[in-house]
Amino acid sequence: MTELFIAVLLRDLRLASRRRIDSLLPLVFFVVALSLFPLGVGPEPQMLREIAPGIVWVCALLASMLSVNALFASDLADGSLEQMLLAPQPVIAIAAAKCTVHWLVSGLPLIVASPLVGLLFGLSGKALAALVISLVLGTPILSLLGALGAALTLGLRSGGMLLILIVLPLATPALIFGAGAVGTVESGLSAAGHFSLLGALLIATAIGAPWATAAALRISTE
Amino acid sequence: MNWHSTSEFFAMGGYGLYVWGSYAAAAGLMVLEPWLAQRRHRHALHDAASAHTPGSKA
Amino acid sequence: MNSPTATAAPLRLFTFAAPPRFYALVGALVPWCWVATVLLAAAGLYIGFFVAPTDATQGDAYRIIFIHVPAAWMSMLLYVVMAAWAGIGWAFNARLASMLARAIAPTGAMFTFLALWTGSFWGKPTWGTWWVWDARLTTELLLLFLYFGYIALVSAIDDVRRADQAGALLALVGSVNVPVIYFSVKWWNTLHQGATISMTAAPKMATTMLTAMLLLTLAFWAYAFAVIFTRTRAIVIERETHTAWVVELTQGKSRS
Repeated sequence: MTELFIAVLLRDLRLASRRRIDSLLPLVFFVVALSLFPLGVGPEPQMLREIAPGIVWVCALLASMLSVNALFASDLADGSLEQMLLAPQPVIAIAAAKCTVHWLVSGLPLIVASPLVGLLFGLSGKALAALVISLVLGTPILSLLGALGAALTLGLRSGGMLLILIVLPLATPALIFGAGAVGTVESGLSAAGHFSLLGALLIATAIGAPWATAAALRISTE
Repeated sequence: MNWHSTSEFFAMGGYGLYVWGSYAAAAGLMVLEPWLAQRRHRHALHDAASAHTPGSKA
Repeated sequence: MNSPTATAAPLRLFTFAAPPRFYALVGALVPWCWVATVLLAAAGLYIGFFVAPTDATQGDAYRIIFIHVPAAWMSMLLYVVMAAWAGIGWAFNARLASMLARAIAPTGAMFTFLALWTGSFWGKPTWGTWWVWDARLTTELLLLFLYFGYIALVSAIDDVRRADQAGALLALVGSVNVPVIYFSVKWWNTLHQGATISMTAAPKMATTMLTAMLLLTLAFWAYAFAVIFTRTRAIVIERETHTAWVVELTQGKSRS
């Protein structure tokens, strides 16, 4: 099972590296969408500092959802997905590999960019650290949930919007704990509670989501 | 008895808009929904019947 | 009765899993469900408006509770029931269970919307705004999105079997998430709001108020049975159009 996992992982990473522009799109979207907020709500620093955790998280969520659509799409189109599903090893290895690739390609850049973006919104040093940690714990959750959504909506015309509609309610706990952590640190309190909950959520999702994604892949390709 | 006149009943202590707005929405939805379900049933039967009349695929 | 559409298992548990039997049974039940709905609603509304006293703090505005709380309970109950039937349909390959799940969704969404609407109308006189981001209302809003997601997903997939199974998976994942969502929203709410007064905290409930609320809950339940059964019958006909029993049924009904 691990060989299949690694094989799919390396293959997809290689494919992503050949399409660098496509791989950077989530990051660009993230930054552009974030920049819209001050333009929309005004440049007042105190207010921006207050809303920063929430909107950074929402933009990360949207960037993740928009890029997860393509997770299985090209493999479905050229028939390689069906080939992969014929492998004797459990499908869960494929699902887990795809989630990992998505996180590495889409989630990790967001994590790296978040301190810079946090500075744009005037977050303090502690809050920036909290933001990074919350995204480290949270973006894998988003990738895991996103992969499930992508597997369910595989090949559908309305794919993208439908995926967002399906996944967003499921992602709200992560959003609440993640953004809440940063807000709490901003007001001077400890975010230990938030991070524990986020961590627990990550573990639970990591256990449940790949299994559900594998089931969804089988459903969608039968 | 809570109400000493019909106008009192409709006024609901000044909250008439909210109380009746809620009940009206409930009544409206709970009449519309069954009607739509019934209509769907009727259409399904009609479509099934016309699919079986001679001249269409048996 | 030998039905070509009956499931293979000879268990009596599955007797009514055969669409034609289900169709007939449920057709007979629906009128009684309506009778029950009307009687229970009449009783509940009578007690709610003419027996239950005016509340000291909220005046007569609190009477919205007689629809708001039952609607909220139904919205949550129906989601779980829907997920359960969808799951059974998936696990046992029982088509009828999947059809039932699909029939439940719109009614569940309706009750969720009603809970939100009445919650909003209750909030305006008591809190001054048409919307309050309190834990329960926010969870209801997310529940509405979960219903929409299910309905959208099953409608978007043309292949009926795939749609049923995908819907089942989504509904099951959703039901696991509902407690998590509720907990997280409650957490969020207590952090951001100084006051811990819940919008749906009923005034000290006099027994009469409770009775009215319970009667209306039962009325809503009977209503749900009636509407969902009707819709399931429609779906059964839609899906089984070309089977022998439907041909018989509709030829009996159609005028040549």
